[in-house]
Amino acid sequence: MLNFAMDVLRLQQQHSQLTYSLFNEGFLDEQFTQLQQLQDESNPDFVSEVVALFFDDSDRLLENLGKALEKEPIDYKKLDAHVHQFKGSSSSVGAHRVKNACIAFRAYCDENDRAGCIQCLQHMKHEYYLVKSKLQELFHLEEEILSAGGTLPLIE
Amino acid sequence: MDLCNCIDPPWSADDLLMKYQYISDFFIALAYFSIPLELIYFVKKSAVFPYRWVLVQFGAFIVLCGATHLINLWTFSMHSKTVAVVMTIAKVCTAVVSCATALMLVHIIPDLLSVKTRELFLKNKAAELDREMGIIRTQEETGRHVRMLTHEIRSTLDRHTILNTTLVELGRTLALEECALWMPTRTGLELQLSHVLCHQNHVPYTVTIKHPNVNQVFSTNRAIGIPPTSPIAMIRPRSGKIMTGDVVAVRVPLLHLSNFHMNDWPEPSKRQYALMVLMLPSDSARRWHLHELELVEVVADQVAVALSHAAILEESMRARDLLMEQNVALDLARQEAETAIRARNDFLAVMNHEMRTPMHAIIALSSLLQETDLTPEQRSMVETILKSSNLLATLMNDVLDLSRLEDGSLELNIRKFNLLAMFREVHNLVKPIASVKRLSVSMTLAPDLPQYAVGDDKRLMQIVLNVVGNAVKFSREGSILVTAQLERPEALRDSRVPDFYPVQGDFHFYLRVQVKDSGLGINPQDIPKLFNKFVQSDVMTTRNYGGTGLGLAICKRFVNLMEGHIWLESEGLGKGSTAIFIVKLGIPDPRNELDHQIAFPIQSNSNHTDFSGLKVLVTDDNGVNRMVTRGLLARLGCDVTVVSSGRECLQAISQAGQNFKVLFLDVCMPEMDGFAVAAHIQEMIPHQHERPLLVALTGSTDKATRENCFKVGMDDVLLKPVALEKMRSVLAKLLEHGSQCKSR
Repeated sequence: MLNFAMDVLRLQQQHSQLTYSLFNEGFLDEQFTQLQQLQDESNPDFVSEVVALFFDDSDRLLENLGKALEKEPIDYKKLDAHVHQFKGSSSSVGAHRVKNACIAFRAYCDENDRAGCIQCLQHMKHEYYLVKSKLQELFHLEEEILSAGGTLPLIE
Repeated sequence: MDLCNCIDPPWSADDLLMKYQYISDFFIALAYFSIPLELIYFVKKSAVFPYRWVLVQFGAFIVLCGATHLINLWTFSMHSKTVAVVMTIAKVCTAVVSCATALMLVHIIPDLLSVKTRELFLKNKAAELDREMGIIRTQEETGRHVRMLTHEIRSTLDRHTILNTTLVELGRTLALEECALWMPTRTGLELQLSHVLCHQNHVPYTVTIKHPNVNQVFSTNRAIGIPPTSPIAMIRPRSGKIMTGDVVAVRVPLLHLSNFHMNDWPEPSKRQYALMVLMLPSDSARRWHLHELELVEVVADQVAVALSHAAILEESMRARDLLMEQNVALDLARQEAETAIRARNDFLAVMNHEMRTPMHAIIALSSLLQETDLTPEQRSMVETILKSSNLLATLMNDVLDLSRLEDGSLELNIRKFNLLAMFREVHNLVKPIASVKRLSVSMTLAPDLPQYAVGDDKRLMQIVLNVVGNAVKFSREGSILVTAQLERPEALRDSRVPDFYPVQGDFHFYLRVQVKDSGLGINPQDIPKLFNKFVQSDVMTTRNYGGTGLGLAICKRFVNLMEGHIWLESEGLGKGSTAIFIVKLGIPDPRNELDHQIAFPIQSNSNHTDFSGLKVLVTDDNGVNRMVTRGLLARLGCDVTVVSSGRECLQAISQAGQNFKVLFLDVCMPEMDGFAVAAHIQEMIPHQHERPLLVALTGSTDKATRENCFKVGMDDVLLKPVALEKMRSVLAKLLEHGSQCKSR
C-alpha cells in the first residue's frame, strides 16, 4: 500500500548510503558539510553550482597540468602554481583526497621529481574522477528524490 | 313625799342582789374600758389592721357602754337629776353609736370573712405547689440520672462496654439488686443471658422467645412488671427460697443498618429485641414508681441508639478495612500492569531497534546490490528480496505503530506545514504507480483551503497515502478522484456520522478528504469490519493483493488522534467505493513565522550576528574559492562583491563612493598578491579610521606567512577553508575592535 512511497524511501536510503560512504572513505570532509549548510531556500543550488564550477576549473587545471608535465624542461614553478590552485579549490569544496593528492604533488614538485609528479598526477586524476563521479551520482539521486516528491534528508 | 324622782331602795334582802348588780356593773365597766385599750394597744403593735376608724367606732361604742354601766353605779342609790341627765345622755349616745356600729359591721364582717377564705385558698395553693415541686424535683433527678447514664453509655462505642455500663449505672441509680440483659441468639428463636450486673455466671441461660412473658414485654415499649418466678427473672441459680423484690422488664430494640431503607420502616415483626430485666432489692419494701419505670424506658431507648451506633461503627470499620484491602490489591494490580506495560514497551523499543537495524541493512544492501552488474536471473532475485524486505519493514512499522497507538503512547508531532505542498507530494508519489496500472489520479483542492496548517503532516500524509493507495490497489481500471476541501461543522451533523461532534472555533478548521475510485467496491455489510486490525474484505483479497490489513486500522487511529472521523461508502461489489475522512487541523498563528519546514538547521550565535548590509570585498583568483567565500559571507548577511585580482580590488577601492568595511584578500595571487594589495591600500588611505578592515586568506599554516600578514597591516589572518562560525566570530571581533579604534 505504501509501495510508491517506498521508492522514494529507497532513493533516500541510497542517497544517505552514498553520502555516508563518501564521508567515511574520505572523499569528502567537513568543508563539504559547510557548503551544504550554506545552501538554503534563498540559495537552493549553491552546492551544485560550486561543485560544477569546481569540476570545470579542475578539468581545465588537470589538462594544464598534463600539458605542463609534457613540456621540456618542466617549469616547476608553474606546475606548483597550478597545483596550488587545484589544492585551493579542492579544499574549498571539501574534496579531501584530492587535496591530499595535491599536497603530495607539491612535495614532488618541490623536489623537482618529474617521475614522482607524473605518478602523482595520475593519482590526482584518479582521485578527482572518483570523487567527481560520486558527486555526480549524489546530485543525480537528489534530483530524482526531489522529482519524486520527496525531501532531501537532513544534514547531520 | 318630796319631789324627788329617785327611787329609794331600802337595804333589804334586795340589797344583796343590788350589791351583786353593783359589783357586776363595775366589772363590766372596767372590762368595757379595758377592751378598747387592749385593742388600741395591739393594733398599734400590728401594722396591718386596715379598719382603724372601725376600731374607733367600736372603741367609742364600748367606752360608751362602759360609761353607761359606770354611771349605772350611781343610780343604785339616791341620785340627783344631773346624774339622771348624764345617764340619759350616755345611754342615748351609746344607743346611737351601737346602732351605727351594728350597721357598719354588716359591711365589715363579710370582708373579714373573705380574707379568711383567701387565706385558706392560699394555703391550699401552697400545698399544691409543694406537691408539684416535689414531682418536678423527682423528674429532674430522673432526668439527671438519665443524662448521666446516657453520657456513660454514649461515651463509648464498644458494644460490651455500653451494655455493662448501662447495667452498672441503672443498678446504681435505682439501687437495684440485680440487672440483666437477654440478647437474641443467632437463630432469633431464643434469648440468651448475655450481661448480668451482680451475679456472674458462666452457664448461659436461654429462654425461648415464644414465652408469654417475653411476648408481653416485646409487645409494648413500656416497662412492665413480670412475676419473679418467670424464667427471665431467674437469673441466679435457685438456692433456697429467696424472696426477690419486684421485677420489671423492658424491651430494647436492636436496630440494624439493613433495617433502614428509604421510607421503609421494617415491620414490627422483623424487629429484633433484647430484654432488660431489673430487680429491686428483696429486703426492702420498695415498689416500682412510675418515674423509675419511665427512667428505665428512656434508658432502654438510649441503649438501643447507642447499640445501633456501635453497630454502624463496626460496619463502617469493616467496610473501611475492606476498602483498604481492596485499595492495596488494586495498587498492586496497577503496579503489575504498569510493570507489564513498561516491559512491553521496553521489549517493543528493543525489538523495534533490533528488528529494524537488520531490516534496514538488508534493504540498503539489496538496493546497493541492485546497482551492480547482475545477470537477469540475479536481478530478479534481488528485486524479490528487496520487495519482500520492504514489505516486512512496512509490516513491522505498522505493527509497532499500531501497538504504540493503542496504548496511547503515540503523540502527534504538531507543527506548521504547507498543506498544499503535502497534497502535491502525495499526488507526485501516486501518479507513477497509478499510471503503471493505467489509472488516472486527479486531485482537486478547494480554493478556500489554507496554504498552511498546523498538525502532524507526516501522519496526515500517511493517512492520505494509505487511503489513496487502497484506492489504487483495489482498482483495475478507471480513475481515482481525490478531493480536499474545508468542512463546515453544520454539514457534518448527519446520520452517517452519529458519534462525531465537530466544534466550530477560531483556531482550527476541519479538512475533508474524499477518495473515490471505480474499483472492486465493498460489500456494505463488510464496511464496519474493515477498520479492524488484520481484516480485509475477504481471504482472496489478501491473497491477491497482499497487504497486512493494518493500514485502515492505523489510519483510523491517526484520524481519531486528530479528532476526526473516517469512513467508507460503497454501493456494493463492483460499484467502486469512496473513502472519506475529516480531520481537525490548526490555523497557523500569522505572527509565528519560525516553524517552517527547515531542511538545514541553523546554528545560532547570540552576539554580533547582525552583519546585514555589511559591505565586503573579496579578492581571490580561484573561482571556486571566490564562490565559496561569497556564499559564506552572504549567509552571514553581508553585501559581498568579488574580484579576481589585486588590481581589480584596488580599482574597486579607489572608486568614488565606495564604502567597503572589510576586505578579504587571498594571499597567494599571481601578479599582485595580498601583501602588495595591502601595502597599496596603506598608501592610498593612510588614516586608519578611513581604511577598511583587511583580512588575509591563506592556505598555508606556517607562522611566517601569518607574521608577514600582520606586518603588512592586515587586521586578521584566516586559514582556508573558513568555517561559518569562524568567519562569524572573526567578523564580530574585527567589527568590535574596529569600532573601538574609531571611537578614539
